[in-house]
Amino acid sequence: MSDVRQRDDLQEPAWLRAILIALAVLAMLALVVLPLLMVLGAAFAKGFGTWLDSLTQPDAVSALKLTLFTVAIVVPVNAVFGIFTAWAVTRFEFRGKQILLSLIDLPFAVSPVVAGLCLVLLFGSSGWFASVLQHYDVKILFARPGIVLATLFITFPFVVRELIPLMQQQGADEELAARSLGAGGWTMFRRVTLPNIKWGLLYGVLLCSARAMGEFGAVSVVSGHIRGLTNTLPLHIEILYNEFDSTGAFAAASLLAGLALITLILKFWLEARHGDALAKSHRRH
Amino acid sequence: MATPLRNPIVDTDAPVATLHTASASHVTAAHSTAPAGPVTLGAGNPALHPHATGMDLHLRQLSKRYTGVAALDGVDLHVEAGELVALLGPSGSGKTTLLRVIAGLLHPDAGQVLFGRNDATRLSLRERNVGFVFQHYALFKHMTVAENIAFGLRSRPRSKRPDKATIKRRVEELLGLIQLPGFGDRYPEQLSGGQKQRVALARALAIDPTVLLLDEPFGALDAKVRVELRRWLRQLHERTGQTTLFVTHDQEEALELADRIVVLREGRIEQVGTPDEIYSDPASAYVFDFIGRANVLEGEVRGGRFHLPGHARTFSADGVAEGPAKLYARAHDIAPGTTTKASARASPRPTASPTASRWSCTSKARRVRSNSTSPRRRGSPRRRPAATCDWCLCGIGCIRPDVLPPANAGGGREG
Repeated sequence: MSDVRQRDDLQEPAWLRAILIALAVLAMLALVVLPLLMVLGAAFAKGFGTWLDSLTQPDAVSALKLTLFTVAIVVPVNAVFGIFTAWAVTRFEFRGKQILLSLIDLPFAVSPVVAGLCLVLLFGSSGWFASVLQHYDVKILFARPGIVLATLFITFPFVVRELIPLMQQQGADEELAARSLGAGGWTMFRRVTLPNIKWGLLYGVLLCSARAMGEFGAVSVVSGHIRGLTNTLPLHIEILYNEFDSTGAFAAASLLAGLALITLILKFWLEARHGDALAKSHRRH
Repeated sequence: MATPLRNPIVDTDAPVATLHTASASHVTAAHSTAPAGPVTLGAGNPALHPHATGMDLHLRQLSKRYTGVAALDGVDLHVEAGELVALLGPSGSGKTTLLRVIAGLLHPDAGQVLFGRNDATRLSLRERNVGFVFQHYALFKHMTVAENIAFGLRSRPRSKRPDKATIKRRVEELLGLIQLPGFGDRYPEQLSGGQKQRVALARALAIDPTVLLLDEPFGALDAKVRVELRRWLRQLHERTGQTTLFVTHDQEEALELADRIVVLREGRIEQVGTPDEIYSDPASAYVFDFIGRANVLEGEVRGGRFHLPGHARTFSADGVAEGPAKLYARAHDIAPGTTTKASARASPRPTASPTASRWSCTSKARRVRSNSTSPRRRGSPRRRPAATCDWCLCGIGCIRPDVLPPANAGGGREG
């Protein structure tokens, strides 16, 4: 093989490339890796024992439990509704489809705090449904349902946004073929649709759960910050931090960061291993 | 000096063998040698074959509109059991819509679809039990070839589902039929286009469909594979006797493959007939133009005869309205002939295209050098030279209904 390197017009000189790459790497280090290391450093500043102690406090445990509880409800619900919505949008023609598509993006466009305030407006003591809720003695605000609802709203787009371009790309022919071969709706979904979208779905679910674990703004508005009851992990961190318990705050933060890292690794694996089964043109979040 | 055209039947030694007629006669010959009773796959197992022979198909006054535009406009058609029918037309003629309405992928606004005596109009895609082969095959990517073929049988309700051994046997049988034995464990992405097409066919045949519907079956294949596959499909059809409809915009494909051709235009049936009928006896200028290359001469109809401007010779044009008209003639309908020197000079020179040189008239002394694709024609001088004439359109019925007013005749290939 000849060793002639082609230099096209887009190829910058080597020194310029080196500088640009170095700048990018430095920026990443300074903005992402360094803070992460600082968090870990602060978390373990007083040793592993203290770290473990602050995580096994009842408040911390209940915050972690509430976070996982929320994720356990939000992710399956958003996965199912995500599939329904993607199905409706890609397989049917109907009026107002474009409006629906824009609405799907609303949670991304709206500040989470505003989303939380909407819930207050609806379910608060002077909200629209206040009398009904009082009559049946149902608490939504400052209780778990509020937290779950807020998180549902915020994380709704992740699965849908992954599935819509994927299902558009694949078209409906395989599903129609399955129908023409006599498959019922469920058989078609289970044996044709789901296998085709499974990696995309997993990708969406991953992003959705990462966001659900980390959601702060909307949850902060509706939670009421009742220790041991309505504090999620991010809220717990904020409380500890405000109380100058930096070790506790960073210990909890390191846990959250660890969960995020796992998500990142899974996401990386998915993209590397099953990138061809993901939507080609979707926005990476 | 109106010279009558020679009778087509009399003119038996006219060199008419062209590519198209050759293909068409191939089809008819192939059909006539088909076994009297259709051979159904694995006919030994009646449990697997609720429809041992193909079913006939009636379409009554089918109409379908898309946002005000008629895609189908009152289509009536009867397809005999075991027939292989081509739906032919340019894009936008409604052929794919028609196929999809028969399959149940689309529901007509009006009209009926009958399989045998059963009204299937209101039945869903799933209930119709049609074998539909998609243009891009729509094989299940994550399943092996064998799983793809077995899908229909495995999806049946438990009470009607054959046992595993039967399904396996049936899959093997079908793999043999599509000449891909041993390919059962492969995945669709490991197959070539032609192989995918055959697997899609096997998958559709596995459910013993009432009718087999193919949407542009060869559209996505390269030219060589296309020709091979269509011969193979023809043979397969003769073995299975399955009532089959396929959509194509390729007239050659339709002429070679089909028992009958349905020519569609703007959602209406323009003509239905055997390839021979469609080719040699087109019902309209549209069909004539669509089905093969045509030479079009513009002229005028006066007193029931077609006049070419600047030429004394006229042609019979019965039933054609007076006024401007076009004459359509196939290359092989126009024979080399003789003409007087004076009129030869008066004739417009034919253009340089190969087609033109085939129908050009020459002076008495010279014989036409034909660019015809037919070798038979090139070697054999006409034994009976045409009578002295200006324009030697000594053809076979080329003048029939093919002299048409421009309003009808103009419609070329627009959607």
